[in-house]
Amino acid sequence: MIASRTERVLGYLLLSVAVIVTMLPLVSMFSAALQPADRNPTGLTWPTDPQWGNFATAFETGHVWQLMGSSMLIVLGVVPASLIAATLAGFALGSLQVRFGRGVLVFFILGLTIPFEALIIPLYYQAQSLGTVNTPWAVIFPLIGLYMPFGVFWMRAHFINVPRELSEAARVDGASLWREFRSIQLPLAMPALSALAILLFIWTWNQFLLPVVLIADPLQRTVAGALTFFQGQYSLSIPLLNAGALIIITPAVVLFLIFQRQFIRALVQGAVKG
Amino acid sequence: MTDPAVAAVAAPRPDGTAAATTAPPRRAAAKAAARRGTLAGWLLLVPALAAYVSFVVWPLIQGVQYSFYDWNGIGVARWVGVDNYLTVFTDPDLLGAIRNAFVLIAFFTIIPVGAGLVLATLIRGLRSKAFAASAQTVLFLPQIIPLAAAGIAWSWMYAQTGAVNQILGWLGLGWITRPWLADYGTALPAVGLIGSWVLTGLCTVLLLTGLGKIDVSLYEAVRLDGAGWWREFFTITLPGLRQEIAVLVTVTVIAALSSFDIIYTSTQGGPGRATLVPGLSIFRIGFTQSDVGLASAFGIVLMVLVLVVVLPIQRLSRASDS
Repeated sequence: MIASRTERVLGYLLLSVAVIVTMLPLVSMFSAALQPADRNPTGLTWPTDPQWGNFATAFETGHVWQLMGSSMLIVLGVVPASLIAATLAGFALGSLQVRFGRGVLVFFILGLTIPFEALIIPLYYQAQSLGTVNTPWAVIFPLIGLYMPFGVFWMRAHFINVPRELSEAARVDGASLWREFRSIQLPLAMPALSALAILLFIWTWNQFLLPVVLIADPLQRTVAGALTFFQGQYSLSIPLLNAGALIIITPAVVLFLIFQRQFIRALVQGAVKG
Repeated sequence: MTDPAVAAVAAPRPDGTAAATTAPPRRAAAKAAARRGTLAGWLLLVPALAAYVSFVVWPLIQGVQYSFYDWNGIGVARWVGVDNYLTVFTDPDLLGAIRNAFVLIAFFTIIPVGAGLVLATLIRGLRSKAFAASAQTVLFLPQIIPLAAAGIAWSWMYAQTGAVNQILGWLGLGWITRPWLADYGTALPAVGLIGSWVLTGLCTVLLLTGLGKIDVSLYEAVRLDGAGWWREFFTITLPGLRQEIAVLVTVTVIAALSSFDIIYTSTQGGPGRATLVPGLSIFRIGFTQSDVGLASAFGIVLMVLVLVVVLPIQRLSRASDS
């Protein structure tokens, strides 16, 4: 691509504006969080006396440790189980010639278009009859099911692109299907799997609707679901609310910054492969 | 949950290799593959199907069933046929929520995809790879934070003393400052722009990758032809990104029609019903007013709306590929 000088200057300019606009809300949260907790803050100012203590207060009164713990519990319930089930199904649909595999795939893919909001009422009554309401299971079980269409689609997209010769070679060597899967297919699937793991982690961590509906105690929800509790708790203090919200978004952002290369690459591949 | 399937696959298989020695190799291999493919393959599908059917398909069937009843969630359910659906399509509040959802498409789909196209083309033309990479990272950040947190951040941005009014003041536009989310006329567009902020990065990153797949010689040819930026964009870039655009339009339209988190933490559907959306209506009707039948019917209508809007997009992208 050849760009003239004007185009380049314009490019830097517009891109800088976009970057600033993207950062603005986060900067404005930070600015509010450092202002005195008992007063109405003003937009973007670097306070003369930054109140770093607001973060400590929000951490303490917001029960952040407990929230992180309950979030982690839900993540641990959702992610490994989803990964195992999606990998096995993706292998079946992508590598093995399962009869009616096409139909099964379409059946899963239709699930990609179902908004969670459309299922939330029956999910609540289902949780009631299972006796899981107000426990982490109320969120864990449905999320495994709700993420399955994407997981299966994603893993199948990986397995379908693995050269056939590999499994044929394994077969000629007399490897059992399990052996072939364990020693050949699984190691090759690791990049796709770890990308899916990161995606599922972030989606679960940020999941809002299900925890809000299915778990009454905000302290047993995911961190995102607890934001409503923060809004109630700090309804009179914008600085503390913003400090709390910043604390809550930090883990996912740090994770993203560490794995951003794999993350973005994975997301892009998954979106266009289909 | 996965034990039976794993055990079945791990068990020694009596067939497969023996047959391969008698028949001609290739056909035998295909046959063996098909054979080992079917039973084992179906067993491998069991855990995924079980989770999906139990917690997505079954609740969906339940939802359809609820939608034909008048039920408060506790007492006796009364069959009312399609009454709930009639209510969805006649009640001004619910119709207003649907209308708002469609207005949000402009902000969740058109703005992010448009801005993403412009930004991706710009990033691509940059000499400084470091700046391009860090711009991409920053633009993607809104995708990572919970939508509910985006709602909180922007409520503060839009507040009377918040950053938006402050910046307008600096620009000499002090006369239009207002509490943007509390104003009937501006609340919906203001909420919509939160969606634009969240989704623009996703669109940019995805389109940037798509641009990387377009043959550079096409650009060189069109440049030699004396084409400017616009013609280059419309003759090479846009057609080359068809598939990515189709994916993004699908994803963002679903996000627009089923928005909930942002609205819940920023406006709660207010002022009045200016920013009420189907997701929030379903939540309120089902859990506050305990009208389970009506909430379920609205849920089904929302799902069908998404399908009706999204399926033609798939057709378009496929038809243009072939």
